Amino acid sequence: MFAYLAKRVIQAIAVMFVISLIAFAIQGNLGDPLRELVGQSVSEEVRQQLRDELGLNDSFVTQYLRFAGNALQGDLGTSYFFKEPALDVILKKLPATLELVFGATLIIVGLSVPLGVYTAIKPNSILSRIIMGLSIIGISIPVFLTAILMIFVFSVEYGWLPSYGRGDTVQVWGYWQTNFATADGWLHIILPSIALASIMLPLFVRLIRAEMMEVLQSEYVKYAKAKGISPWRIYFVHALKNTLLPVITVGGVQIGTMVAYTILTETVFQWPGMGFMFLEAVNRVDTPLIVAYLIVVGFIFVVTNTIVDLIYGLVNPTVNIARMGA
Amino acid sequence: MTKFVRSLAAAAVVAAMAPVAYAETTVRVAYDADPVSLDPHEQLSGGTLQLSHMVFDPLVRWTQDLQFEPRLAESWEQIDGTTMRFKLRSGVTFHSGNALTAKDVDWTFDRLKESDDFKAIFAPFTDVEVVDEMTFDLKTSEPYPLVLHSATYIFPMDSAYYSGTTADGKEKAEIVKHGDSFASRNVSGTGPFIVSEREQGVRVVFDRYADYWDTDAGNVDKIVLTPIKEDPTRVAALLSGDVDFIAPVPPTDLKRVAEAQGVDLITMPGTRIITFQMNQNRVEAFKDARVRQAIDYAVNNAGIVDRIMRGFGTVGGQASPAGYLGYSEGYAPRFDLEKAKSLMAEAGYADGFSITMMAPNNRYVNDDKIAQAVASMLAQINIKVDLQTMPKAQYWPTFDERAADMMMIGWHADTEDSANFHQFLTACPDEATGNGQYNSGNYCNPEADALMNAANAETDPAKRTELLQKLEGILYDEAAFIPLHWQNLAWGAKSGMNAGDIVNALNFPYFGDLIVETGS
Repeated sequence: MFAYLAKRVIQAIAVMFVISLIAFAIQGNLGDPLRELVGQSVSEEVRQQLRDELGLNDSFVTQYLRFAGNALQGDLGTSYFFKEPALDVILKKLPATLELVFGATLIIVGLSVPLGVYTAIKPNSILSRIIMGLSIIGISIPVFLTAILMIFVFSVEYGWLPSYGRGDTVQVWGYWQTNFATADGWLHIILPSIALASIMLPLFVRLIRAEMMEVLQSEYVKYAKAKGISPWRIYFVHALKNTLLPVITVGGVQIGTMVAYTILTETVFQWPGMGFMFLEAVNRVDTPLIVAYLIVVGFIFVVTNTIVDLIYGLVNPTVNIARMGA
Repeated sequence: MTKFVRSLAAAAVVAAMAPVAYAETTVRVAYDADPVSLDPHEQLSGGTLQLSHMVFDPLVRWTQDLQFEPRLAESWEQIDGTTMRFKLRSGVTFHSGNALTAKDVDWTFDRLKESDDFKAIFAPFTDVEVVDEMTFDLKTSEPYPLVLHSATYIFPMDSAYYSGTTADGKEKAEIVKHGDSFASRNVSGTGPFIVSEREQGVRVVFDRYADYWDTDAGNVDKIVLTPIKEDPTRVAALLSGDVDFIAPVPPTDLKRVAEAQGVDLITMPGTRIITFQMNQNRVEAFKDARVRQAIDYAVNNAGIVDRIMRGFGTVGGQASPAGYLGYSEGYAPRFDLEKAKSLMAEAGYADGFSITMMAPNNRYVNDDKIAQAVASMLAQINIKVDLQTMPKAQYWPTFDERAADMMMIGWHADTEDSANFHQFLTACPDEATGNGQYNSGNYCNPEADALMNAANAETDPAKRTELLQKLEGILYDEAAFIPLHWQNLAWGAKSGMNAGDIVNALNFPYFGDLIVETGS
């Protein structure tokens, strides 16, 4: 176990190094940050002087070494727009994104299991066909379209739910303000959560359905049925347990995809999280913030993948962790 | 946060918790961007000027019909050729409680001269001389016609408040472009609103300044500004009643906003011209005025405004919009395909040639679609166009390199004056003076430059008008560039808000004057 863990940590560090190098390499191709910092009639001479001040005229190697040296001390640079350490900016935006992801996860977990199980048990019923049909639509419609459609239906036409932002939040701890403490906060998080869940939910319904159907064909389920165990017990205790194993693996990988979709969802709903901040940073050519974001997200990826591997080993003891470490 | 703002915030909390409900008028505003900084001199941009008009007050300001209106300057008179004497309004205080004096104006002027973004506007000015506590002279090196134009950019700052050093030893007055500074986070102006809360990129809250000098002004107690970048979301926020005022309304949603119940659409012709430049250094044919005219005749600007801009632009034949001194009815938009073909033949290019074209795809309204349309229009006179569009972040460095034969650029004159267009877009490029900094066409006509210089030293409006119109005439006859249209401005507002009274062609609404009808 320990050898395995050590190996994973070394791997993670190597991956982080590569990510930082790539993130830093692309920043040079994002455009000129100066244009966002100065007015239209500022002379080339002054702009050149500002570039010098920002160190943008140094060679790539010089810039990277300076960046890496600071990064090792926890300093990922200062955002041009926010005028604060980039890491602080991201940490301030992180809770909003995490709460949004949490809301979406609640919806995904709450709906995908019953829907998946139902469509597996009764694959030919009309309801199952409707669910499967909707899931195809859900997968094929882009997130931002779903989001805009929902805004126009639920905010503009009916006026039930707010169209943008987080609404009233309550300070919990540090940079963390929560949506879940006020009614207004709850109302604000509903639409963005559904939008974010809309891509992932159909995927999980289909996955659970496929796995479940396979399990239901297995010998031990048939045996359990023959023994006269109640169908609900078979479905939700015996079969589901074995269904969820591959779902956890896929789920772990999908956390990364979720981060990508938060960018779209947050942008449409003006949700003040990391994804929205990132897209804005790209538009503003706020290079320190872009690099810091890529590194933080890369870090989240690496950590979740490591944890998923460990959990997988714990849930399914037949996977020999010790051997994986060798 | 300053002690002063903190005590205000405390007062606000007490007020909020008090059992008596105040009849407070709040206006929720959504713009596509928020100001980059609270420092009015850090960046010359629409966002900064919008903020300045809320938190500060200018010496004079523009009215809706582009006339000057006194604000902090009560009156002014020309003393000699290079001196304008201003008298300050008395009884004006800053948010910190300090009284406004001529010393503050002098201090602000010196700071403007230090600002990278603003110093170009103040280059013709030499000094502010304090005459007495409430009087000062604004001096230029030579007779200069745009003294009042420039005075609209002087928002006196609280010199006492911004003097000295912060706890970590930095000058409070320093202007920092890309980092943290005292002035970028703390503010004390004379304006109708105080910044009481600010989370950059998320929201800014403004509270009415209780001691505001202009007691006849509006009745709004509080403004909550939220930047909403996405067009559909901003429109939805207005239509659903989540905000009261939005800008801009995107062209695709104009009809929707106009027809919706309970909201009004307010539109006005803007002053930003969208143009194409033809690089004479890269393409031999562009040196021939007939070829440039042929291109101008081939481009159907009215069609572009009609189809691509959905009528939301004003078709242009010159750089100066109506209302500017250089504008003349005579320089009408040209479109005549037959004429274009015959000009091409006359110049010896009947069989046409191939060129490259570049345009941004997120800077001006529908910029990439406009470029595509122009490219296909040029195909009709046998000019084959290889078009490339890119985000503005990549476009500007490319533009500086003059990387394509035809390039798009839009321009708004910071001075609200015709000469400014020529200075940056069509004057002979000159690194020493900065003239022609955005002249990617390398058009150069010394006669036109001479007219601009003469106009910049001419204080008689009639003579100046003549010079500037002559200048526009040369550019028009020679087809120095391809004018397309002036972008219009559009705001959406809740009905009954009287928002139409406070907007202007410069796009900084005077929220301090807003009078919202309050229901019971």
